Amino acid sequence: MEKIYEKAQCIAQKAVRYDKFQEDIDKKIDLLLTSKATGILSMLLLLSVIFWLTLVGANYPSQLLAKILFVIEGYLERFLHQIGLPGVVNDFLVDGMYRTMAWVVSVMLPPLAIFFPLFTFLEELGYLPRIAFNLDYFFKKAGTQGKQALAMSMGFGCNAVGVTCCRIINSPRERMIAILTNSFVPCNGRFPTLMLLAYLFIGGIMPNLGRMLASLAVAGLVVFGILITLLVSKLLSSTFLKGLPSSFILELPPYRVPHIGHIIIRSIYERTLLVLGRAIAVAAPAGGIIWLLANIKFENQNLLANAAALLDPLGRLAGLDGYILLAFIAGSPANEIVLPILLMGYLAQGTMVSPDELTGLKELLESYGWTTLTAINTMLFSLLHFPCATTLWTIKSETGGARWAVFAAVLTTSLAFLVCFLTSSLYRLFSWIIKL
Amino acid sequence: MDFFIPYGNFPRPLVALAGNPNTGKSTIFNALTGLKQHTGNWTGKTVTLAQGSFFYNNIKFCIVDLPGTYSLLANSPEEEVARNFILLQKPDVIVVITDATCLERNLNLVLQVMEITDRIIVCVNLIDEAKKKGIFVDESILSKELGVPVILTAARTGLGLQELKEMIFKVYSGKIKPSPQRINYGKEVEKAIAELIPFIENKFSGTINPRWAALSIISGDYSIKDLEELVKKSENNREESTHGLFKRYNCGENIRKSPVHSTKGSKI
Amino acid sequence: MIDMRVTTLDKLPIGKTGKIVSILHKGLTRRRLLDLGFVPGTLITAYFSSFTGDPVAYRIRGTTIALRREDASKILINIEENL
Repeated sequence: MEKIYEKAQCIAQKAVRYDKFQEDIDKKIDLLLTSKATGILSMLLLLSVIFWLTLVGANYPSQLLAKILFVIEGYLERFLHQIGLPGVVNDFLVDGMYRTMAWVVSVMLPPLAIFFPLFTFLEELGYLPRIAFNLDYFFKKAGTQGKQALAMSMGFGCNAVGVTCCRIINSPRERMIAILTNSFVPCNGRFPTLMLLAYLFIGGIMPNLGRMLASLAVAGLVVFGILITLLVSKLLSSTFLKGLPSSFILELPPYRVPHIGHIIIRSIYERTLLVLGRAIAVAAPAGGIIWLLANIKFENQNLLANAAALLDPLGRLAGLDGYILLAFIAGSPANEIVLPILLMGYLAQGTMVSPDELTGLKELLESYGWTTLTAINTMLFSLLHFPCATTLWTIKSETGGARWAVFAAVLTTSLAFLVCFLTSSLYRLFSWIIKL
Repeated sequence: MDFFIPYGNFPRPLVALAGNPNTGKSTIFNALTGLKQHTGNWTGKTVTLAQGSFFYNNIKFCIVDLPGTYSLLANSPEEEVARNFILLQKPDVIVVITDATCLERNLNLVLQVMEITDRIIVCVNLIDEAKKKGIFVDESILSKELGVPVILTAARTGLGLQELKEMIFKVYSGKIKPSPQRINYGKEVEKAIAELIPFIENKFSGTINPRWAALSIISGDYSIKDLEELVKKSENNREESTHGLFKRYNCGENIRKSPVHSTKGSKI
Repeated sequence: MIDMRVTTLDKLPIGKTGKIVSILHKGLTRRRLLDLGFVPGTLITAYFSSFTGDPVAYRIRGTTIALRREDASKILINIEENL
């Protein structure tokens, strides 16, 4: 081994000529992104700016897409009517399947098409290893290591990818912890939901600065997710997965100006369309099933309402309600469809609102008893609850056992309930004190 | 025995891209193949290999992007896949992509690959980045020292890619025969290698590069399953002298240290 | 006068350069370090530290590698000081 290096050095010295050493630029950037004064700040700022860009940029295309898809819906309905399908089947196809699909496309595609290129840009730039470098100290305290942060960054795109990415961690113990906690990073399936709720309920506090406030709220939620990750990692490494932190050796590659064309191809072709395709494939049948549940009557109530009523006490305890829990359960194949299912459940006629009525969305939710607390709890629950089916499947195949997947689901869900219960209890306590 | 199962059958001629992480390997791969590529999970291992193709002189070259690795001593699943692919698929040409800005570290992998195969091209990528940093690489000196063809590229701007394709064709068709300068590991190690080679040849009869296998054993890398078996067997089978051989050479650290470094002036 | 002293890598101040004398790590970590060019005789510079002071990024063979203090403490180096 040493011999090989001796030779490599010898050859390199002969063949490489250094004119003047210029790596100051890289070093300056690194000092800015990792030093005491600016390290954390720059990381948070970057996170917020990305969310802000996504939120602002996605707004207009989302509305446009919704309008277009709504026009197509009219044509589709007339076409199905003309070929003589019975009304019920027509409603099932259009109100159930098509609308859920249209919702998913118009709400998800624009944010994905903005977020993924931005994220790929950071990835190609070489920034992600710096995050691992910055956060290693905290992960070491939690009994794991900074490479977990790399897997978490990949989790922003998709938790299943994040779980796979945990392979870069050599120690089996630390890798397991990273796998189990990866879903505490909100993936792209959950982002649109989180952003929408943050915009409607938290951004609504100050309408002028709505988007900025909403992006800060989402960034805050992500930081909360990171804190929970550290906490749970610490918990796991001092109970089920005991052990000392192993070593941390990571190359920090030089910064490289990414190739724009390459970014767009990679992010749109390999990521956005892939994630969207999966969401649509799940959304259409799920929309159909939910429509059926919402329209089949049992003891004068539709099945969806029956199920929701069953879950309601549990939901209330955590500051949510039965429909919200039901939507999360029904959305387990893909988290993208949680919100559309929720809306379909709320609306008595059993069909979803069309997605271009976003402005009326807040009133609709409020008429079903939503407060800012409900929105916050729904966001927290979305952040912390059981991983989606794809992620669970990936956990199973990566750890070689279904029991770890079950463990991950139980661990995350109980934590979600606990946190939501705490926030709503605190909220109730405060409002009770204020009343006194 | 899964060591002998190759990862599927690849069309020939087969070109493999190896290299350290962050050397712009996938950029070169994309530039060579365009969008004519697909990724697949190959038997048993979950590390993905991207596969694509390009045409040169009406020959369709199949090209595989191996996972980025620092070395070929299998310390990680990626390295094992890369190593096994090179050993078992025996690609017609191996292109080792290196980063001009840190060539010295990158040459480590080049020298390791040179131990396994003759058909190697060294591609020094990112020369545009290096130029910005005031680093210049002399390809003719490098080529002479290594004994293999060297191509300078800047994949992002497409510089040198045509030359790379041409060189792949030339090496494949035998117009250019690289003659890698193998490392002399010093008397002791070379003696050990020479003693080990007959045993390995006997056992594996041509399926594996015996010199590489001997080096693996000496450096304590048993990740090739059957090597481990061989070592174990010889341990049980005391009558054979293999046991003594392995014993002597496999606590590699002492050997690896002794001939190489001399701590000048320092007292520990 | 040139003074040479042997110390561990974690004691190398930021901005200073030393020469690797020996690596006390065993097993996989040792191999990983060797792969990355941590070989006796190599020059290594403490480049910058993260905002918590740990890990530290080192410059070695034209690349930047981050190591924790406790991992660096198992690498012996020589510091040459011009007095």
